[in-house]
Amino acid sequence: MSTTSRIAASAVAAAVGMTALAGCGGSGGGSADAKTVTLVSHDSFNASKSVLAAFEKESGYKVKVLRGGDAGKAVNQAILSKGNPQGDVFFGIDNTLLSRGLDEDLFTPYKAKGLENVPAGLQLDKGRHRVTPLDYGDICVNYDRGYFARHKIAPPKTFDDLVKPRYKGLLVTENSATSSPGLAFQLATIAAYGNDGWQGYWKKLKANGIEVVDGWEQAYNDRFSGSAAGKKKGDKPLVVSYASSPPAEVLGKKPAPAEAPTGVATGTCFRQIEFGGLLKGAKNEKGGKALLDFLLSRTFQEDEPLQMFVNPAREDAKVPELFTKYGAKIDKPATLAPGTITKNREQWIKQWSSLVLK
Amino acid sequence: MAVPLAFFALFFAYPVVAIVGRGLKSGGQWQLGRFGDVVTDPDVAHVLWFTVWQAAASTGLTLLIALPGAYVFARFDFPGKQLLRAVVAVPFVLPTVVVGSAFLALLGRGGLLDDLWGVRLDTSVWAILLAHVFFNYAVVVRTVGGLWGQLDPRQEEAARVLGAGRFAAWRRVTLPALAPAVAAAALMVFLFTFTSFGVVQILGGPTFSTLEVEIYRQTADFLDLPTAAVLTLIQFAAVLGVLALHAWTVRRRESALRLVDASRTARRPHGRGQWALLWGTLLVITVLLLVPLAVLVERSFAGPDGYGTVFYASLRSAATADSTFAVAPLEALWNSLAYGAAATAIALVVGGLAAAALTLPRLRRGRSGRMPLVSRLVRGFDALLMLPLGVSAVTVGFGFLITLDRPPLDLRASWWLVPLAQALVGVPFVVRTMLPVLRAVDGRLREAAAVLGASPWRVWQEVDLPLVRRALLIAAGFAFAVSLGEFGATVFIARPDQPTLPVAVARLLGRAGELNYGQAMALSTILMVVCAGALLLLERARTDHSGEF
Repeated sequence: MSTTSRIAASAVAAAVGMTALAGCGGSGGGSADAKTVTLVSHDSFNASKSVLAAFEKESGYKVKVLRGGDAGKAVNQAILSKGNPQGDVFFGIDNTLLSRGLDEDLFTPYKAKGLENVPAGLQLDKGRHRVTPLDYGDICVNYDRGYFARHKIAPPKTFDDLVKPRYKGLLVTENSATSSPGLAFQLATIAAYGNDGWQGYWKKLKANGIEVVDGWEQAYNDRFSGSAAGKKKGDKPLVVSYASSPPAEVLGKKPAPAEAPTGVATGTCFRQIEFGGLLKGAKNEKGGKALLDFLLSRTFQEDEPLQMFVNPAREDAKVPELFTKYGAKIDKPATLAPGTITKNREQWIKQWSSLVLK
Repeated sequence: MAVPLAFFALFFAYPVVAIVGRGLKSGGQWQLGRFGDVVTDPDVAHVLWFTVWQAAASTGLTLLIALPGAYVFARFDFPGKQLLRAVVAVPFVLPTVVVGSAFLALLGRGGLLDDLWGVRLDTSVWAILLAHVFFNYAVVVRTVGGLWGQLDPRQEEAARVLGAGRFAAWRRVTLPALAPAVAAAALMVFLFTFTSFGVVQILGGPTFSTLEVEIYRQTADFLDLPTAAVLTLIQFAAVLGVLALHAWTVRRRESALRLVDASRTARRPHGRGQWALLWGTLLVITVLLLVPLAVLVERSFAGPDGYGTVFYASLRSAATADSTFAVAPLEALWNSLAYGAAATAIALVVGGLAAAALTLPRLRRGRSGRMPLVSRLVRGFDALLMLPLGVSAVTVGFGFLITLDRPPLDLRASWWLVPLAQALVGVPFVVRTMLPVLRAVDGRLREAAAVLGASPWRVWQEVDLPLVRRALLIAAGFAFAVSLGEFGATVFIARPDQPTLPVAVARLLGRAGELNYGQAMALSTILMVVCAGALLLLERARTDHSGEF
């Protein structure tokens, strides 16, 4: 018996025990049976267990959720596995990625039940129903109320405000190339100043001391002075974040404050709409359709805000008090046509990088 | 030999070749023109230069700081040594998200250094280097210290008796014996820092970028597979160059050593110099490793109304919460442990077999000093095993997605996908820790035992096992630790909803609000305690059967 086989024998012996232990931990197998419906999504997808259970009971299907990376990565994985998708329904392709997904022909058209309750402004694939709008949210500049009260300065409201000298060196944003709120903020400025004007605006922002960090966590938790997580140690009272961040700041605070410690500059917002769709080549198309109907049902839509910190797409879905009391109402968010975004995205990011980071 | 080869062919070579191939081929045409575009891009040259530079600097700094530590752990006995040895390995397993936030808390605005001396190191190269030392300290201490502790001090003493000075004796006796282990440790640290991703992203700010970060962006964010493919090949070439350099430096150096039981070589320090060395090492460990860990622990207890276990309590209530966002810590812990056990098992089998194959007697040089073809192949195989450390996790992950997607091997939604991906990273560790020891086992010992009538099994039991057991345990510890802290390869493969601790931490950090942040810190603390506990158990494993871990 050679050394190899001897060592092998012992290694195998060692392994068998561990594998036995590991085996209890997982139920493997991606076998698609007619009784399971699989939802493919990004890491931010959440739902109440009871809500998912209600669907399972009502429809007879078992729901399996697969998540992979952030929204961009999840969409790219769906594109990579086109024709042989990982699941039946995709949740969470937003308007900045939508036309890439549609160009790649990822989805089978299906008109979900209850679509008439969704405002026309959210229905970006109105004629063809390849995707269904399921929620929306806004990316806006957040401000630290305490800071501006202490310094007796009015917080900024618009893009034009942000380049004023009184806000010099106060704003931190994220890298467009690596962070989706960072990109959304850039897109908002492109929507506001046009393809010719946005670079000039960013030069002014740069001259006014805008700081760029890589990701939202660092911008918000580490730099922003208004986030409780950073123990108020940050030194930037303005940050690019979500319109739903102030309600999140209130969460878990006892007693509930009269207003959130942070506010939203309502004139600096970009609207992100998330869609779901039936994946082409789905193994369980019937179950997928039932799941899409459910994702647009009031039960699921009313569950969304506290689970994902987004607004429901349906007009008739009730929004919890946390949002109505502490959230901001965004009347005129900036948007761009999905096709325009997809066409220029890479070039815009490159231009932004060489303008802002160099 | 067949098992590791098959494993690598199926779970590494095939996916990576497929994704690179897809990038370089479009419409059935090889797009080799992309090569020229990417290679001549000055940005790419800049990124490549920075990648190599920071990896070399990090490796040098880590060796400088950690080698005295390796000596202290190998040669000295002091109270709490086992615990400390387990603790220094904890950083290695922490996910970069967590370490990033700890380092920001130390080096960033309003951080500890800022409060004390007004020093801010974040978004500087120093933050990156320090974080790399923090991560890789244990790699050096364990690979080098593991062997150092087993070197027979009497050999050095013999040299002294024969008239060599203290330094000369060390240089001629100990250093040559240690060289392979030092080289192996340096190689691993270099590969790790070369492909560093999270640290560079979080601490470096947007101005620093490594190849790994570029590949990740091109693949995952832009789906620009051609560019990603070319960058992957550049990274491959660089890694192969490093491996060749490594092979060239350690060749002819690995010799049979007299290994003794490590517990016999360590003694209490005596003399002022030795005590100073011990205390100096402890100080370095405290400042560099323990303070960042302590910051995390402190933050996990710093509730909204003073110190308390408020975040831990809210984690507990998450167990019963009606949300798929909330992860019960016990559940995440269990997921992590199960993945870790499976990944370790796979890595030990594959790595153990590979290491054994690489030490087959027929690979020793013939009398003519020329190596037969087969041994050259095996040497190549040795390098091949290291490649996963040098290939971007996103390349492997997306490769899995497009290759392991058809029955009989549709692993895309399988539980095994995660441990398999983690084992890929674990195997090189197993091989690197086992090889120096296995090669150092003197073949004549085996022959003598066989001559005396021992069966092959008995020979292995009496000769190899006692010497190899320690290395096997260290290797297992590494593989397990890699799996526990692993956050790269698995996080962007769509996977069933079984979050591991690092994934749960990242999720919490991605949301606003004090509660989420505090829970993230509490989970990180739990992760640290579990890792330290697991490593401590391995430290204490003093059984006579390697089958019991």
